[in-house]
Amino acid sequence: MFDESGAPACRTDSLISVGDRVLAGDPVLPTGDPVLFSASLCGAPTRSRISEAGMGLPTGFDPAAAFRAMVRMRLVDEALARAWADGLVPGEYHSGIGEEGIVAGVLGHLTGRDSMALDHRNTSAFVGRGTDITALMLEVMGSEDGLNSGWAGHMHLMDPGIPAAADGIVGASGPLAVGQAIAHARLRPGRVAVAFHGEGAMNQGMLMESYNLAVAWNLPVLFVCKDNRWSITTRATDVTGGDVVKRASSFGLTVEKVRGDRVEEVHRAAGRLIARARTGQGPGFLYAGCHRPGGHFEGDPIVRLLRSPLRQAEEWGPSIVRSAGAKTGGSRHDRIAAAKVLAGRVARAARDYTARTRMDPVKRGRRLLDQAAAERIESLEHHLVDQAMSDARGAVGPRPTFGVVRGGPR
Amino acid sequence: MTVMKYGQAIDYALGETMARDDDVLTWGEDVMLIHRDLLARFGPERVRDTPISESAFLYAGIGAAMAGLRPVVEIMLVDFLAVAWSGIANAASKFRDFSGGSWEVPLVVRAGCGGWYTDGGQHVQTLWGQLSAYPNINVVCPSTPADAAGLMLTAVQSDEVVVFLEHQLLSEQWIDYLGGGSRATVSFDRLVPADGAEGDVPLPLEPLPLGQAALRREGSDVALISLGVGAHRCLEAAEALASSGIEASVLDLRCVSPLDGNAVIEQARKAGRVVVVDEDYVRGGLTGEIAALLLEAGVTTKYARVAVEGTIPFAPHLEYAALPNADRIAAAVKGLE
Repeated sequence: MFDESGAPACRTDSLISVGDRVLAGDPVLPTGDPVLFSASLCGAPTRSRISEAGMGLPTGFDPAAAFRAMVRMRLVDEALARAWADGLVPGEYHSGIGEEGIVAGVLGHLTGRDSMALDHRNTSAFVGRGTDITALMLEVMGSEDGLNSGWAGHMHLMDPGIPAAADGIVGASGPLAVGQAIAHARLRPGRVAVAFHGEGAMNQGMLMESYNLAVAWNLPVLFVCKDNRWSITTRATDVTGGDVVKRASSFGLTVEKVRGDRVEEVHRAAGRLIARARTGQGPGFLYAGCHRPGGHFEGDPIVRLLRSPLRQAEEWGPSIVRSAGAKTGGSRHDRIAAAKVLAGRVARAARDYTARTRMDPVKRGRRLLDQAAAERIESLEHHLVDQAMSDARGAVGPRPTFGVVRGGPR
Repeated sequence: MTVMKYGQAIDYALGETMARDDDVLTWGEDVMLIHRDLLARFGPERVRDTPISESAFLYAGIGAAMAGLRPVVEIMLVDFLAVAWSGIANAASKFRDFSGGSWEVPLVVRAGCGGWYTDGGQHVQTLWGQLSAYPNINVVCPSTPADAAGLMLTAVQSDEVVVFLEHQLLSEQWIDYLGGGSRATVSFDRLVPADGAEGDVPLPLEPLPLGQAALRREGSDVALISLGVGAHRCLEAAEALASSGIEASVLDLRCVSPLDGNAVIEQARKAGRVVVVDEDYVRGGLTGEIAALLLEAGVTTKYARVAVEGTIPFAPHLEYAALPNADRIAAAVKGLE
C-alpha cells in the first residue's frame, strides 16, 4: 500500500500526484494542452525538488494548476449538493464549498506517499489528490459501486492509495495524522502527514493532545485549521477562550496565518511549513480563514433561516414566542437574555453570510489567470465533473426516497 | 392528554422539571438552537451551548451534579459519548460507591442514538449495551412520546445517573436538524414508526419508573423483546407473523438498565420461545444479558437474537439489511419452529 522507497512518484502530466495513479478523468483531456499539462500542483515531481524542499525552499506556485484543482473541487461539491437536494445523497452532506483555496494551496506540496487525515468535510481533499470522482460520488450517494462499497458515506471516506482517511469524529484527524507521521518517520523519511480540521475542533481534547505529541516527538506533520467562524451552528468565539493561533503556537508548533481565499498565500505558507516538517525541523500549524456559504451541512438551519427567513420564522416563531411567554420559567431577565442570544446569532450569521461572500477562493484564483486559460480549464472541468455525476446518477437510478424498507443489493 | 411529537415530549418534560427546580439546567453542542424553546423560556444560563469538547463538558456535568446542580448534559449523538467515555467508565459510574454511598451524582446524559436514517457507522450506533455494563448507570431508550416524557421526568428527578437515549429516527428535532426538513425530495414516512414519532402524552405528566417494561402486544407463540425503534420493528414482524398463524407478544423494555427481568421471564415462560431484537451490537450486550438472565432463572425456552453484527454500513439498503428489520425478526421466529 505504501511505497517503501519514499520516493516521490509524481507524474508531471497529472494535476496532482497520487503515487502511481493519475487523477481520474485525465485521459479525456486533450493531451499536449500546454496549460493543463504544465498545470501540475505537484510541488516536488523529482528527487531534486525534494532536496530543494529539504533546503527549506518553498516549491513553486502554479496558478493554473491551483485554479484547475479548485474548480474541480467546487464542481464536485456543487454536484453533490444538488444530488443531496434531489434526495440522492442519503444522510447529511458537509460540502467544502469555500475551502478550496486552503485545500488546493496545501495539496500543491503533497506528493507520492504524503498522507492526509481528514474530517467530515473532506471531498475537496480527496478530489485534489486524485481519488476517482465517479467512485467518490457513488459512495456519497450510497452505492455498493462506490469508493468504499457503500460502507463509508461522505464522512468516512477511505482511500488507501493516496493514502487518506476521513473520520467524522471532530478532532480525530489530528491524532490520526500524528500516527501517520510516526510511521513516515520510521518507514519513509521525508514524507509528511497533513491533518485538516476546523476551528471548532480546536476545543476537542484529542486534537490538542495531538499538537503536543507532534511537538514533543518532533513529527513531520502539518495541522491545517480551516476557520469559517462557526462551530456547527454555534459562533465559534462564543465557546472558545483565547486565540486559537496563539494556542497552537504555545504548544510549540510553528505557526502561519493566512487568508484561505487566497490560494497563493496558502500555498506559500504551507510550503514553508511542509518543507520544515519534511526535513525534520518540526511540525507546523497553518491557520486559514474562510467562508462557507453552505454552512455546516446541506440544510443547515442557520442558512435556511437566512435564505427563507419568513418560512423559518413561521416554523420556529410561534413556539419560541409561546415559550418566552410561558407562565413558569426563568425570570424576565433570563428571557430577555435568551431573546438577545437568538437575535444576536441571527444578526451575526446574516453579517457573516453577506460580508464574507466575497471570500470566494475560486473567483479570486481565477483572477490569477488570463481569461482564456481560465475558461478553458472551466470548460474541461465542467465536462469531466458533469460526466462523472451523470454516470453516478445513472448507476444509482431513480431513488424516490431513501427510506428503504428492504435490504440487499440495489 | 395531548398529542406530542417525540422530541417535543422530551423537551416538555425537561421544561417541566426546569420550571419546578432552578437547579436543573442543560448544556451541550448547539442546544441553544436545537432547544430554542427551552432557551426562550429559561434563558442562556440554563440552556447553554458548549464547545466541541465532549470529555470536558460531560465530566463537568459530573462535577456540577456532585456540587448541587441537576445537569442534563446533552451529547449530540451517543457515538460522540465515546469520546468522553472516561466520564462514564471511571467517574459517573463510580463516585457514589467511592463515597461509600454518601454522595449522589444526579446527572442526566441525553444523547441521540440509532439508525435507519442513513448516517454512517459513526453516527447511528446505540451503545446502550456497553453503557449498561457499568455500575450505577441507568440506561433508557423510549419508543413513544408518552414514555419519552415520563422517563425524562424520572431521569431528571432521580438522584442517580441516567443515560437518556432518544432515538434519532423517532425525533423530529434530529431529522429536521440533520437537514431533513430542508428537502422535500426525501421522505422517512415508510421508515418512521408513526406511533413512535407522535402520540398522546398524559397530562399532568407522571414520572415513569425506571426498569419497567411495557407489553405492547399479546401473543402466546413467541415473545419478541426489544426497545426503541426495535419495539416497533417487532410489532411490524408480529403483524406479518400473525398472517402465517403465529401469535407473537412484544415486550418493550424501555430501559436496558435496570432491566425488567420479571417481565422478560414471564413472557419467556408463557411462550417458550424468545427472540431478542437489539439495535446494538450482538456481542457483549442486551441479547446475551437476556439469555443469561433466562438461564439463571431456569426458564426453559427456545432462544434467538437479531442484532447488529458489525459496522453499520452507510448505503441505505445495506444499513437496512444490517439493522434488526421486520424481515430478519420474522425469519428468526420461524427459525425457532
